[in-house]
Amino acid sequence: MSQPSTTPLLEIRDLHVRFAVRGGQVHAVRGLDLTVHRGEVAAVVGESGSGKSASMLAALGLLEVNAAAAGSVRLDGVELLRAAPSVLRGVRGGRIGMIFQDPMTSLNPVLEIRRQIAEAVITHQHVSPRQAEAKAVELLEMVSFPDAERRSRSYPHELSGGMRQRVMIAMALANDPDILIADEPTTALDVTVQAQILDLLRSLRQSRDLAIVLITHDLGVVAGLADTVHVMYAGRIAESGPVVDIFHRPQHPYTAGLLASLPRLDRPDTELTPIGGVPPRLYEEPAGCSFAPRCLYAVESCTQMEPILQRVNESLVACSVLPLATSTTEAAR
Amino acid sequence: MISEPLVQVRDLVKEFDLRRTSWRTERATVQAVSGVSFDISAGEAFSIVGESGCGKTTTAWCVLRLIEPSSGSVRFDGTELTELSSAELRDARRRFQMVFQDPYTSLNPRMTVGEIIGEPMLVHGATRDEQRDRVAELLEQVQLGADASDRYPHQFSGGQRQRVGIARALALSPDLIALDEPVSALDVSIQAEIVRLLQRLRDELGLAYLFIAHDLSVVRHLSHRVAVMYLGKIVEVARAAELYTRPAHPYTKALLSAAPIPDPLIERDRVRIVLEGDPPTPTNPPSGCRFRTRCWRAEEICAEVEPPLVDIAEGHRVACHFNLWS
Repeated sequence: MSQPSTTPLLEIRDLHVRFAVRGGQVHAVRGLDLTVHRGEVAAVVGESGSGKSASMLAALGLLEVNAAAAGSVRLDGVELLRAAPSVLRGVRGGRIGMIFQDPMTSLNPVLEIRRQIAEAVITHQHVSPRQAEAKAVELLEMVSFPDAERRSRSYPHELSGGMRQRVMIAMALANDPDILIADEPTTALDVTVQAQILDLLRSLRQSRDLAIVLITHDLGVVAGLADTVHVMYAGRIAESGPVVDIFHRPQHPYTAGLLASLPRLDRPDTELTPIGGVPPRLYEEPAGCSFAPRCLYAVESCTQMEPILQRVNESLVACSVLPLATSTTEAAR
Repeated sequence: MISEPLVQVRDLVKEFDLRRTSWRTERATVQAVSGVSFDISAGEAFSIVGESGCGKTTTAWCVLRLIEPSSGSVRFDGTELTELSSAELRDARRRFQMVFQDPYTSLNPRMTVGEIIGEPMLVHGATRDEQRDRVAELLEQVQLGADASDRYPHQFSGGQRQRVGIARALALSPDLIALDEPVSALDVSIQAEIVRLLQRLRDELGLAYLFIAHDLSVVRHLSHRVAVMYLGKIVEVARAAELYTRPAHPYTKALLSAAPIPDPLIERDRVRIVLEGDPPTPTNPPSGCRFRTRCWRAEEICAEVEPPLVDIAEGHRVACHFNLWS
C-alpha cells in the first residue's frame, strides 16, 4: 500500500445512488466512503444488490438515465461527479481504465480487435491510425496475447472468453491509466482461465504500479489479489481494512458470516454456517443497522440507530456492538 | 457400499449434429460425450466436475434420458433406461429426479408453490388429499413454512426458490437426484444454506446424488466420489478425499491449483500450475490424449496413443500415460 499521507488517487465520499423504479425509488448506494491509493488493489466485495457495481458506474458517470448520484468522487483531487461530459470522456479510458464481466457484450462484434484497441488509443492520443494499430499490437503482446501481430486481425467471435478478456484489458491499458476498475473480471471464465487472467493482473500492477478497484463477489479471487478489502452490505461499507485483517480478524458480523459460509477446498470437514435471512430490498430505508435482522449479535439499539464507521485496529467497521469477541472470530478460522 | 450399483453407465456417447454452413459442406457432428462409464451406488453422492463444454451436463441429461444418448448403456437398478418406451420411462422416472441451476426459470411463475411441488404426484396418480399432506411434509423437509404452499415463485428469494425445486424433486421419494449446478446462481451466504440442506437430505433420506458442478470447493463438501471430465471424457475418478489431496491426472492437479482459496496468507505462498491456452473445441479434439495440448508432462506417445482409464488404487482410476503417482 502507498503512504496514506499523499493525496489519494481515488476518493469517494458519501456517495448516494438512487434508481427510479415503478412505484418509488431504490436507494442502492447509501453513503459510500472509499479511498484508493496509487498502486493499491482495493477489492469491493458484496452480494448481488449490495451496490458495488452501481457505485462504480456512478463514479464513472455511466449510470442509466433512471439513476441519480450524489456525493463526491475525486480522482487526484478533481471532482468527477459534477464534471462536464467532455471531462468525463477524457477520464474514462484515459486515466481510468475499465473492464467488465462479459467481454463478449463489451466488444464490437463487427470490428477487428486491433481496430477496436486502436480506436481507444486515437480517442485519447494524437497519433495516426497506423501508429495506433501498431500500439494495439504492442498492447496485445503486453497482455500475453499469443501470436499478437497475426491474431490482432481476429473478430471477437473468433476468440475464446479468456482471449476476449485479454483484449478488454489491453484496451483498458491503452492510455496508460493510473487506475483500472475491474467489475467481476473473471466471473464468466473457467477456473483455469481465471487463473491466467489473475496472473496477468498481478504482473501488470507490479510492472506498471497500477491501482486496481476489483469489484467481485468471489472472496477467493480477493484473497489472491487485493491489498485492501471493502465489504459492502445494503449500499454501505460494513467493513474496510487490510486483506489479512479482513480474512483473519473480521470485526463486522457480516464479514465473519460471509467467511463462515464459504466452502473451502482446503477445509472439507468444516461445517458451513449460513447467514440466515436475505439482504433487505432497498425500496425503503432500513431502520437502524441494515444487517440487524440477520445478525446473531444484534441488540435492541441496533434496530434504532444506523452505525457509523469506527476504527478498530487497522480496519473501519460499521457496527455498534463492537468489537466482535476475538475468541469467536479466532474460532471461525 | 452395496455390491450392485444403483446406476451403471457404460460407454455413453452423445453426438450433436452441427448446423451446416452451406448445402455443399459435409454433415458434421460434434461429440459432447465420448465414451463415459461410471457407477453410482445407492446413497452415494457422485459428482462430475469440469470446465464449460467438457460434457458434464450432457452426461447427466443422457443418464436421465432428458436427451437421447447416441450410444451406450444406462442401467438404473437393473433396468436398461435407453431401451424403455416413453410410457415405461415416465413410470421409471419417479425414482430419479432433477434439480436445475436457475431457480428463476425452472419454476412455473403461474403455479403456486404447492401446485409446483404437488404436480409430480398428480402425474403419478396421487389423490388431492395425499398430495396436500405430502406437500406440507416436503415444505417442512426443505425448511419452508407451510404458508409457502399458496404463494407464487416470485414472492420468494433465489435460495427459497431453489428449496422449492428440491422439494419438487423429492416429491416422489426418488432414489437418485441429479443436480445441475444447484448453487452456482446463488450468493455465498445463501449457497451455504442449500449445501447444508443437500447434505442433510442425503444423510437422512439415503439419497444418491449425481451432482454436476464447476465449483470444486462446493463439490468437495457434498460428494463421496468425484469424476473429472475434460473434453467429453472422464480423465480421473476417485473418492473425494483422495482426489483432492492426491490427484493423479495433471489436469485434476491444475484444476485444483487454479481454484482460489479464500485466505490471503495461503494464496500468497501458493504454487500454482497455470495452464496455457484454452480447452480445445470438441469439434476437433486433439489426437491421443485430449489434454496433451495444455499438459506440461506431455510427450510424443500422448499424441499417438489415447491413454485408457485404468485403476491405480482401489476405486481410483486415471487416464494418463504419465500420471502423477508414477
